[in-house]
Amino acid sequence: MTLAFAVALIVLIGFAYYLGQSRALKARDGRGARLHSLPSYYGMYAALWCAIPAAALLAVWSAFQGTIVEQMILADITEELSGLDQSRIGLVMNDIRNLATGGITSSDPSPAIQEAAARYSNLMVTAKAAMFVIALALGSGGLLLAFRRISPDLRARNRVERIIMTVLMLSSTIAILVTLGIVLSLVFEASRFFAQIPITEFLFGLQWSPQIAIRADQVGSSGAFGAIPVFAGTMLISFIAMCVAAPIGLFSAIYMAEYANRKVRGVLKPVLEILAGIPTVVYGFFAALTVAPTLRDLGDSIGLDVASESALAAGAVMGIMIIPFVSSLSDDVISAVPSAMREGSYGLGATKSETIRKVVLPAALPGIVGALLLAVSRAIGETMIVVMAAGLSANLTANPFEAVTTVTVQIVTLLTGDQEFDSPKTLAAFALGLLLFVVTLILNVIALRVVRKYREQYD
Amino acid sequence: MTDATANGTTPASPDEVSKRVHASLKRRYAAEKRFQLYGVVAIGLALTFLFILFYDIISKGYSAFWQSHVTIEVEIDPGEVDPQGDRSLDSLRDGSYRGITRDAFTALFPTVEGRSERRHLLELMSGSADGVVRQRVLEDPSLVGQTIPVEVKLNDDADIYVKDKTVEVETAARVNGIASPTGTSGEIQILSTANDFGAILTAVKEMLAERAEDLRDDIEGDRARIERFESQLQSVEDEEVRSDLESSIASYEYDIEEAQKQIEDLQRRIDQPDVAEALNEGMPSYLVRINGGVVKITSVDNSRATGEVYLPLESVNDAPADSWEILTLPVAESDRRLSDKQVMWLWDLENRGLISLPFNTTLFTAGDSREPEQAGIWGAVVGSFYVLVVTLLLSFPIGVMTAVYLEEFAPKNKWTDLIEVNINNLAAVPSIVFGLLGLAMFLNFFGFPRSAPLVGGMVLTLMTLPTIIIAGRAALKAVPPSIREAALGMGASRIQAMTHHVLPLAMPGMLTGTIIGMAQALGETAPLLMIGMVAFIVDIPGGFTDPATVLPVQIYIWADSPERAFVERTSAAIMVLLAFLITMNLTAVLLRKKFEKRW
Repeated sequence: MTLAFAVALIVLIGFAYYLGQSRALKARDGRGARLHSLPSYYGMYAALWCAIPAAALLAVWSAFQGTIVEQMILADITEELSGLDQSRIGLVMNDIRNLATGGITSSDPSPAIQEAAARYSNLMVTAKAAMFVIALALGSGGLLLAFRRISPDLRARNRVERIIMTVLMLSSTIAILVTLGIVLSLVFEASRFFAQIPITEFLFGLQWSPQIAIRADQVGSSGAFGAIPVFAGTMLISFIAMCVAAPIGLFSAIYMAEYANRKVRGVLKPVLEILAGIPTVVYGFFAALTVAPTLRDLGDSIGLDVASESALAAGAVMGIMIIPFVSSLSDDVISAVPSAMREGSYGLGATKSETIRKVVLPAALPGIVGALLLAVSRAIGETMIVVMAAGLSANLTANPFEAVTTVTVQIVTLLTGDQEFDSPKTLAAFALGLLLFVVTLILNVIALRVVRKYREQYD
Repeated sequence: MTDATANGTTPASPDEVSKRVHASLKRRYAAEKRFQLYGVVAIGLALTFLFILFYDIISKGYSAFWQSHVTIEVEIDPGEVDPQGDRSLDSLRDGSYRGITRDAFTALFPTVEGRSERRHLLELMSGSADGVVRQRVLEDPSLVGQTIPVEVKLNDDADIYVKDKTVEVETAARVNGIASPTGTSGEIQILSTANDFGAILTAVKEMLAERAEDLRDDIEGDRARIERFESQLQSVEDEEVRSDLESSIASYEYDIEEAQKQIEDLQRRIDQPDVAEALNEGMPSYLVRINGGVVKITSVDNSRATGEVYLPLESVNDAPADSWEILTLPVAESDRRLSDKQVMWLWDLENRGLISLPFNTTLFTAGDSREPEQAGIWGAVVGSFYVLVVTLLLSFPIGVMTAVYLEEFAPKNKWTDLIEVNINNLAAVPSIVFGLLGLAMFLNFFGFPRSAPLVGGMVLTLMTLPTIIIAGRAALKAVPPSIREAALGMGASRIQAMTHHVLPLAMPGMLTGTIIGMAQALGETAPLLMIGMVAFIVDIPGGFTDPATVLPVQIYIWADSPERAFVERTSAAIMVLLAFLITMNLTAVLLRKKFEKRW
């Protein structure tokens, strides 16, 4: 049905284009008048009048159809639902949905639920059909309207261009909408979390164990939500990563910007960029299955106790991943230092390395700091390497040989698998996400500002 | 150079200055060399990491492209496979193929008897074998009643053995004597005229000595603990803690006693170097290949070995020194997944030439499975394809339109500044945050289905948009203003100038950016975990709303699986993913090279 509808809509739009164009041409021939715009613009005008109302309806309808139908179903079976809390109602709705689509239900459905499921699938089909019919009707209506308006005097090009311009502007606001969406969804879910757990406990607590027992009398029935150990773990791993990435990245950048000739540079740069193009899940696999066991064996052989999910393994591999990030950003910054400064230094008799250390690097320092900050923000937000190679339990330690956990690991473990959207355990992930977003945002803003400001100095 | 004047002392003579400069030159040139070396070392390190990464993955994964099969002779018994007896496809589809396949496999070793041994043998065959037989019969119903050779898969552990990865069957020391077995099956003894088993006996005694040493270490540790507890006992008052401490001291004392008894026993055995010793599971296995059979040694002295026959001997004839040998499996039986018996069965199958190693088509045609030998990446590849289609359809138009607007039409004001800042920041937001957005917005608020490529594509669109927009703007910026001015001068409207002239010229650059963005999206994992694409999905997804997973997530799922055979399959999947990524990036580079214009 969907395919038939799509074809029908496209045919309708094409027909509108043809109709608009031919009407304009006919009007010109009939009255001998000059058209204001090219004939194709009249066609486009009609086609847009047909397509936009239909598309708008489709977007709005499909966004709200599910929720409205579910509300209708739930309103029907109120006696069945009386006394159930929000999550139970969600489960019942899930059962109904699964029954309707032929999936597996959690328990034997009662007759009322089965009836509701039948009604649900009925409603869904009806709603879909209605949507299609109304969309086609709207499209035809728009076409009719446009058709009647087309005359040689119609400023079709200007109108079409105005629509195009509006569409362009709207698409550029999507970036803002996305940011807004991120902030809103994180703040909304996090505020539900902070309604249950005080924000001070989250920010300053030293205990993190989000597992909440199912029964109240079980051991450890209350979860602990102090984010300090999680954040400390993130910092430890990021620090190790920067210890690897910063020197290697910086020295590679210096070498490529100052010493390497064009040919060598042309080969080395893309080869280093390969490191940046490798998916993080590959690094995670490498860290978990190769680096971590190797480090553990190495530690064993010299009498060190290295955990098999040590912070060192995850951090080191993350550092390797960030090397090209540091090197290409610092390379840009170093290359941007005007050559007049270098030449002045050479003129005073300094060697190349002296020039770099005493003139170029100090001049490029703000930019390099910016690059390093961006790299830190990348390390903090990196997920797959730590999910696969770092630990799950939150240890508050600075020992790189122990297992620590990170913000991203906790988000992934809390949100994969079964979720209930009213337990603090699930909502904690959003609070962590908000924290992550805020921290990386601050780092990015500072870094971008530093880099930009510095660039302007020499341009 | 300026030291002298700075210190306020008398200025040095030019000669002296030049001398001093010359003296410092050596040091300065050395520093120069060192500095340059740091750069070379840094780049060398980065390249080494890259090389190690690739080497590690390829060396782990290349073997996954082959899968070992064994050829069995299956008797297609009409009574089993054709319950209705009319040879119709329906009837054949309902037939039971499990029994005949298993019978055919056990028929490879006629001497295997008893349920548990039979089951032990059948562990070597993949659970997919009967499906293969069924497929063969359904394709050609005339096979019913015949005995046909069928190539079926070995299970994952056997597969690893065949590819020579875990267990090595090695020939132990040379044998000198003539060996004579006392039987052809069951428990037998092998007598050698020379001290051929002496080496094994020595090895066993050495292992006993090691064991005794370990026990002594344990005793040391226990003693230390007891001392610590006793000193604690002095200071503790609390009754409960005291009794706890006392009971742990008692248990450690008991441990020490037991260990000492064991040590005594071991020492007695070590002290008598010629007395027979039994071998156990914790030691390397020794087997004797003689008269066409194999005997697992269970106890040994210098010239005589007692053992269990694993593969039956042809006769009890004496075997001269060059016709029998001692095999050894250096990895102890308790440390590997295959038992000695299974290894010997496989070894025998290999020697009989029944094992083949064809290309592993399953890996590229099947969906996920809990059984490594039946698992493939096709489901994930199709899922990735759907996700990328959605991402491309959404992000390319939106990205191009945004780039065009910001670069060509947007007025310079606060609003466009805000948009630009937003785009730059979105490019640096951690990818998992987009996953959280997808979960909260698309799944919970709008009620889109979980695990669907549609939602995955939407989330990845948000992630790739900044890349495409930034690349698109750079491409538009590269088009010289003279083109626009010429078009405007000819009477084109601004939009006409853009769509007819600027955009076509900027398109290659935009496409390059898009391909790079798609490559990023293809390798992305974290946000997709958030929206449930991490589920175990066996079926190949058939549409944009079917539950699906993608290639990187499949890699993640497999990397988490405990089965060893998944390690090589994970590496193989990584190779496939990297191949896709390299192809995409190469296309982008070529595209740029081909269409790049210098104005």
